[in-house]
Amino acid sequence: MSKEEVLQEIESEVENNPIMVYMKGTPDFPQCGFSNRVVQIFKQMGVPFESRNVLDDPNFRYILQEYSDWPTIPQVFIHGELIGGSDICMELYQNGELQEKVKEATTPATD
Amino acid sequence: MMEPDDIQQRLEEAFPGATIEVEDLTGTKDHYQVTVVSEQFEGKKLIDQHKMVYAPFEEEIGGPIHAFSIKTYTPGKWDEQQERQIQ
Repeated sequence: MSKEEVLQEIESEVENNPIMVYMKGTPDFPQCGFSNRVVQIFKQMGVPFESRNVLDDPNFRYILQEYSDWPTIPQVFIHGELIGGSDICMELYQNGELQEKVKEATTPATD
Repeated sequence: MMEPDDIQQRLEEAFPGATIEVEDLTGTKDHYQVTVVSEQFEGKKLIDQHKMVYAPFEEEIGGPIHAFSIKTYTPGKWDEQQERQIQ
């Protein structure tokens, strides 16, 4: 896949999934403590999220970093917007802002 | 690996006058936690504050630095935080 195609794929993933987590490993087998921390936060909140293992393709994380302008993994997107990594998720979880964002993202809009 | 003093110095250059703490989490000089208290964070989103701290280490993160945990505070938030810890 060309870099352009990967960028398009990322864009479609973050747009189409209310919560998208790019991580090392999988939610059941995280391969990094920081990725695990993010998974545990979402599991604690009991909300479903989509994830992708950046270790599956060695080039993928560099393209993701270029897309997001964020140098580390994990990366959490809510409704297409980069929220941050594990430090920010933990802080927003502790002050309740993450729960707000998640609620907005997972509640269907009503007219 | 990167020396804690080098990290400290680079942060001081990026955030003149800020309170800066650099902690080597594992003693291996590649897993760091840094705390920066700066007026420059005033009115900025958390994600943008963290991007400002990452910026001087663009070359090193993912290479010589494996993990870089960040805590950012505006001077006001920092005072609140300190008071909470004392209580």
